[in-house]
Amino acid sequence: MSPGFEGSDLGVLDLQERARFEQLVLPHVDAAFNLARWVLRGRNDADDVAQEALLRAYRFFRGFNGADARAWLLQIVRNACYSWLEKNRPMDLSTEFDEQLYPQSGTTPESLAIAGDDKRRLTQALEALPPRFREVLVLRELEGCSYKEIASITSMPIGSVMSALSRARQRLQQSLTQGPAAKNVEAQREL
Amino acid sequence: MSCELTHSVLHGYLDGELDAARAAEFEQHLLSCPQCVAELEAQENLRSAIQRAGLRERAPEKIRRHLEAAIGGTAEPVKTVTPIRAKPSIRPTWWLTLAAAAVFVIVLGSRFLPNLTQSRGGDEMTAAIVDAHLRSLQPGHLEDVISTDQHTVKPWFDGRIDFAPPVHDFVSDGFPLQGGRLDVVRGKTVAVLVYGRRKHIINVFIWPTNEQDTSPQQGSQLGYNWIDWRKGGMELVGISDVSAPDLTALQKLIAQ
Repeated sequence: MSPGFEGSDLGVLDLQERARFEQLVLPHVDAAFNLARWVLRGRNDADDVAQEALLRAYRFFRGFNGADARAWLLQIVRNACYSWLEKNRPMDLSTEFDEQLYPQSGTTPESLAIAGDDKRRLTQALEALPPRFREVLVLRELEGCSYKEIASITSMPIGSVMSALSRARQRLQQSLTQGPAAKNVEAQREL
Repeated sequence: MSCELTHSVLHGYLDGELDAARAAEFEQHLLSCPQCVAELEAQENLRSAIQRAGLRERAPEKIRRHLEAAIGGTAEPVKTVTPIRAKPSIRPTWWLTLAAAAVFVIVLGSRFLPNLTQSRGGDEMTAAIVDAHLRSLQPGHLEDVISTDQHTVKPWFDGRIDFAPPVHDFVSDGFPLQGGRLDVVRGKTVAVLVYGRRKHIINVFIWPTNEQDTSPQQGSQLGYNWIDWRKGGMELVGISDVSAPDLTALQKLIAQ
């Protein structure tokens, strides 16, 4: 029926299953890459990790119960990202957000709107967050996931998603409005 | 000094995740809490700044290609062109060959090809449309006329093409019209309507046909779902990374 298929290492699915994989999982390749890019803070590492996670998803596709292919795939991608970080950049996982550097202060909607126009600043601010805050923001704001989906992707109780998002957004706000200024203050204090 | 709701319920409200009773309760609270009002505004600004910045990054094509190659097994030579309807899921390695072939024939010139109205679908056609869809996702290639107003988009096509594509906005059904453009698919100029679906883009390719109406047919290529139908002298192909049911919903709206 399909020469070459039997010879492939990954040829674990029959044609029908493979068509199902193509239909259910492949539309979420961008979501998979985007999550990896933000958790790993870079496109190059994301290339490799997303690629491997997708192959993994293909291998384990039989175990997928068919409910929500995107959440299922993103869960695999997320796990792959954390394994990669543990192995290659454990500091990323242990670095907590430095509240001293980003003291909470009067954020005005105006200052935020100005700061937010700058893609570079937003990227930096997002990347300054701990991965666990970054991922909920990415899942919610860039992928449009529901709380329920975020809960299943991150293995977090659904009740915690709201507070995680709340903390993540406050910290993002703080680093957007306070980031460089606060660092200057710190630097001056050193002098 | 600080309202505790700004750190919890406010975000559920912002995300539309509160049930009706809790949402109403929070709205009541907003009437008497300037702090939550200010925070809600700040959070809405933050959200729109994130949306405007376009931070979502698309996967490089090589990821799709690697995956297709890995799951499709080793390359096999193209023997025949399978009709699109008979076998919607063709081998990916095949697809790449065909996509390359489609690009090649466009370069050669369309006069050697049957025109669109004669060739019903076919893998090259699908390949060319997936190709055009991918092209449109490059920055600045999506729309020639950017408007959510069907009365702006429709006249824009007049004088540019010799047929009138059906232009409607379905914003209330969750498919806002974002604009339109002209595209060239296998050497033919076609009209394209661009619809949004949550954070995704749906391209609807439209060209005239002399053939009879058909019911919608669906399939997927390279991770993109497509839906194809003919109605009232037009052939329409919707393509996107949204789910197949979403595409069907848009197809029903357009075909109404």
